[in-house]
Amino acid sequence: MSEQVTGAQSLVTSLEAAGVTDIFGIPGGAILPAYDPLMDSTRIRHILVRHEQGAGHAAQGYAAATGKVGVCMATSGPGATNLVTPLADAHMDSVPMVAVTGQVSAAMIGTDAFQEADIRGITMPITKHNFLVTDPRDIPHTIAEAFHIASTGRPGPVLVDVAKSALQAMTTFAWPSELHLPGYRPVTTPHAKQIKEAVRLIKEARRPVLYVGGGVIRARASRELARLAALTGIPVVTTLMARGAFPDSNPQHLGMPGMHGTVAAVAGLQKSDLIISLGARFDDRVTGNLDSFAPNALVIHADIDPAEIGKNRHADVPIVGDCKEVITQLVALLEAEGADGDYEAWVAFLAGLKQSYPLGYDTPADGSLAPQYVIERLGAIAGPEAIYASGVGQHQMWAAHYVGYENPNTWINSGGLGTMGYAVPAAMGAKVGMPDSTVWAIDGDGCFQMTNQELATCAINDIPIKVAIINNESLGMVRQWQTLFYNERYSNTDLHSKRIPDFVKLADAYGCVGLACESPDEVDATIEKAMAIDDQPVVVDFRVHRDAMVWPMVAAGTSNDEIKYARDLAPQFDEDDI
Amino acid sequence: MTRHTLSVLVENKPGVLARIAGLFSRRGFNIDSLAVGPTEHPEVSRMTIVVNVEESPLEQVTKQLNKLVEVIKIVELDGSGSVNRELLLVKVRADASTRGAVLDAVQLFRAKVVDVSPEAVTVQAVGNADKLADLLKVLEPFGIRELVQSGMVAIGRGSRSISERPQRPVAVPAPLSAIAN
Repeated sequence: MSEQVTGAQSLVTSLEAAGVTDIFGIPGGAILPAYDPLMDSTRIRHILVRHEQGAGHAAQGYAAATGKVGVCMATSGPGATNLVTPLADAHMDSVPMVAVTGQVSAAMIGTDAFQEADIRGITMPITKHNFLVTDPRDIPHTIAEAFHIASTGRPGPVLVDVAKSALQAMTTFAWPSELHLPGYRPVTTPHAKQIKEAVRLIKEARRPVLYVGGGVIRARASRELARLAALTGIPVVTTLMARGAFPDSNPQHLGMPGMHGTVAAVAGLQKSDLIISLGARFDDRVTGNLDSFAPNALVIHADIDPAEIGKNRHADVPIVGDCKEVITQLVALLEAEGADGDYEAWVAFLAGLKQSYPLGYDTPADGSLAPQYVIERLGAIAGPEAIYASGVGQHQMWAAHYVGYENPNTWINSGGLGTMGYAVPAAMGAKVGMPDSTVWAIDGDGCFQMTNQELATCAINDIPIKVAIINNESLGMVRQWQTLFYNERYSNTDLHSKRIPDFVKLADAYGCVGLACESPDEVDATIEKAMAIDDQPVVVDFRVHRDAMVWPMVAAGTSNDEIKYARDLAPQFDEDDI
Repeated sequence: MTRHTLSVLVENKPGVLARIAGLFSRRGFNIDSLAVGPTEHPEVSRMTIVVNVEESPLEQVTKQLNKLVEVIKIVELDGSGSVNRELLLVKVRADASTRGAVLDAVQLFRAKVVDVSPEAVTVQAVGNADKLADLLKVLEPFGIRELVQSGMVAIGRGSRSISERPQRPVAVPAPLSAIAN
């Protein structure tokens, strides 16, 4: 392969070789050479977005829905810095993603040239790895390494910054047959001794719980998890990042733990004597005050990232490995030895809690719309095969609780970073990756106004997503905290979104169908109307009661023992029952 | 807090130092000293990092360092099993009346004079941190005009090398779709 090509052509051929079929991006000066051969690629569809942040979140949504590496592209300087939020988001939530950015010509680097930003330096702390390419010969192996690093081990974002001079120079293309990454060797196979020790603890425990995190989704280990749960009968909690990893309809499922977790899931961790953590990271939103978290529990901590183990909570049995392999081996050994743990009293205790303190909400007395009701109906009508992307805030918590998930990769949200504005572009990316699935963005009126420009991208490129705006005309979660902790002083949380903008007109202006709904008896008909439209994006303005709050809640920094299932209402744990 | 000496083998690539320094500051760990230079392998550089932390945060630092793609290997060197050295260059005031006393001190510490002028001598000393501190204490009364000190470098005792593990390349997953052309 000695044929002379430009670095730009080599880049496009490399992306094709890496299996890329979809890229979200915006051209600009420094990346311009790459867009010329991209135009001729028959393998890659490039989707022109309206803001680079949209490209980044779309790549994340694509990756989260398909499990494949999401790809976005931007130019140097502001194009690249607009990717910072999605990269940080993907880093926190372990999303496999490659960002390709143009950089000013090699000779100009460091001169404060037009549209120059040291994006490699800027993104060092928020990427799994990043590269700066100035020699066109380095393009193929760098792209190969970027995809390898993004998709293996603990997945994450990788940025490849390519100098314009490298794109313009002549070179030859040769796809590498092996990679030289002496410092990168993720451990995927768990140590047999640790598996044995874990099984011993599982059999001895009286109050075990399976604490399931996003790692189970990334490892595609839902089927293995179902087998482990069925074999042992151990109750399951799924974190915000793991919703869908275990069916909500399964009676063993206690729901989501954490700050806004169900009473049963929070108690399931808190009162347990053995936490079996699978691809979770003891995040502060799950543990609350760490010192008082699950004080009597031993911990089996399985994660592909050794740095997560013991980071926040001591692990009695650390297991480094891919969740799929870990669970498979746990199941195999438990089957061989007989899964004869006695958890009967514990299971009954938690079932009692689940029954006594189910998820619930008040229907507003004035006949206005309860946001939880909208989301509940949306989940029921669109069903568990649909994909749901959400923004960040109250609507996110309600969407996590009330949709009802049965399948992995159907719940896409910004968990670790908590990026408002994630939903619309992430839904767009998910729909591109899964064109035959119904994709709903469940968004807040605050979030929606941060990234709704991508509706234009959706309308023009035949990406018919559906958006449910849970419009409480405020930054609802912040408002909830002001209600609870700041004496109802609502500083700068009132968005007036029932007045400005007119979301129906805005949808119309973007080439989407705009619908509005403000009474409970219109909800089903409106959702069904939206479901019937599949040739255009649909935006529904659900005008909901503004004072609805997310319950249950563990106030920040307090112990999980202090959980309230409604304002000033604490559950009674009768621990003699355990 | 206790002092720990980490020997870190890294790929000799631009930006590695920034990555490592950034990681320490981001995770809230202070570096006491850092020295970096080439090794017997042209593609590998070696950093000697001295940190002052407790045992469990040290484990977290090491794990986080290990996650960096360009970090190949980390070994903690303990004081007795390794040789540690720092280099000191110090410009000491020394005229005709005091030069003799300064040179005596230099000799006592097996240091060396590397530059002489009518008012000062520049002394080079190699040793562990304690020895260099002692030398400075002796030289201080003469007047220290300027001082520069390297970070510590350290190497394990005995015949074993820390880079003995073979460096196998990673097989690339074949292109998902064969490339035409």
